[in-house]
Amino acid sequence: MKATVSNTDTEGKVWGGGNQPLKASYGKLMMWFFLLSDALTFSGFLAAYGFSRFKFIDSWPIADEVYNHFPFFHGDHPMYFVALMTFILIASSVTMVLAVDAGHHMNKAKVTFYMFLTIIGGAIFLGSQAWEWTNFIQGSYGALETKGGQILQFVDTHMEEGDEKMHRVSVEDFATASHKERVRHESKEGLWFTSEAALPTYSVQDVITGFNTKENLAVRTQELMPNVADLKTSENPADVAKAARYESLYMNADKTGQKGVLTRAGSEKALKDAVVYVKGANLVHNEYGNRLFGDFFFFITGFHGFHVFSGVIFNIIIFFNVILGTYDRRKNNYEMVEKVGLYWHFVDLVWVFVFTFFYLV
Amino acid sequence: MEHDNTHKLAIFRGTLKFKSNTQKIWGVLIFLSLITIVEVGFGIVKPAFLTENHFIGMKLLNWLFIILTLVKAYYIAWDFMHLRDEKSSLRRAVVWTGIFLVAYLLFILLQEGTYIEGIKTNGYVKWNF
Repeated sequence: MKATVSNTDTEGKVWGGGNQPLKASYGKLMMWFFLLSDALTFSGFLAAYGFSRFKFIDSWPIADEVYNHFPFFHGDHPMYFVALMTFILIASSVTMVLAVDAGHHMNKAKVTFYMFLTIIGGAIFLGSQAWEWTNFIQGSYGALETKGGQILQFVDTHMEEGDEKMHRVSVEDFATASHKERVRHESKEGLWFTSEAALPTYSVQDVITGFNTKENLAVRTQELMPNVADLKTSENPADVAKAARYESLYMNADKTGQKGVLTRAGSEKALKDAVVYVKGANLVHNEYGNRLFGDFFFFITGFHGFHVFSGVIFNIIIFFNVILGTYDRRKNNYEMVEKVGLYWHFVDLVWVFVFTFFYLV
Repeated sequence: MEHDNTHKLAIFRGTLKFKSNTQKIWGVLIFLSLITIVEVGFGIVKPAFLTENHFIGMKLLNWLFIILTLVKAYYIAWDFMHLRDEKSSLRRAVVWTGIFLVAYLLFILLQEGTYIEGIKTNGYVKWNF
């Protein structure tokens, strides 16, 4: 460098040229550039999620009721599984830092071992995410969707001692399967240029017929119950009128924060608007409530999962390079491990936010 | 290229000092796990005084989750991505750029979301057919 820099009085100053003002190599700086821009992409996604959530603040699905599965356990276990996933990712972040640290000490065997553990951690996380997606896509109870895209779920109005809310009932448990004339049209039958999507398992009429035979069932709407007691004592007549409306429509108007359950008469009326039976979730329908909820879930966790996947691929490449001794021969030694490590920690960092905004808040 | 292998080994503003970098990494793991356990605990118990009281349009419980998340993010960036060991100019270039842009975006979008929600609930607009 000495030969190319002319002697001026900027010599020795941090930004005068001829040195590294940020004390970081080109590669590391570029990795930081990328991570910052990637962080903004994720922020864009999460901010858009926040926008839609605030827009539908009084009818957004309750995360605890959506993600309540745990492998090998039946029943309602909200949060534990994602907490476990978070722990797995943080732990694999730790093995990554340990690999970077071992790299600084030029300890090839240790770098190899910790890189291996990091790859395993990433693979376990990806598997967990696939499991989470499977549950989300398959769904558990099923629901009816109205023309306006509102989801009508079913609950058992009979509550046991100590129950906080009415339990959901699976549509499969009461719908009466009827004789079907309507067969899914596939392109191989007749008109080869037209085909249609898979038909729902039950027709709306099957569900309604089943519903009418069971007196203890009621329809649960997307609406979240406000604090009706507070509204009643309000001085604003509009609030009092609102409270009266909630109390006449819903059986559980006194349960703030729960999804509103319509009275039996109201349920029968609401079912008249239903157009299709939905189970599970995809980009168009979603049994859990607002369709945007499913869309954002697929996009954000999918985009994050894709990052984890590419991170695992990078880690595997680096792992083999370490074994081959590439970094023992390089001038900057194990810096490549550090750069890939930055990416890997970033993936962990993003997950921490996804965890909060999808599962906690 | 000469490599600078020195690490800053103290966290919590110097109240907790570690003997080696490896030890600090495990210490941070324990700390992050503890925060996650606290978050999950609050998420399951949902104490009434945190869900019933609001601050700037959000439940106190949600504020608590967001603050704990930012704490976690801080330790991941500072100790795992070793921003703590970088020059402050690099640290600031990365962190403040992100914070300002994200804060701006969040303000615009959340404000707008709340506005549309108001129109939907109070305005004479039919949206549920």
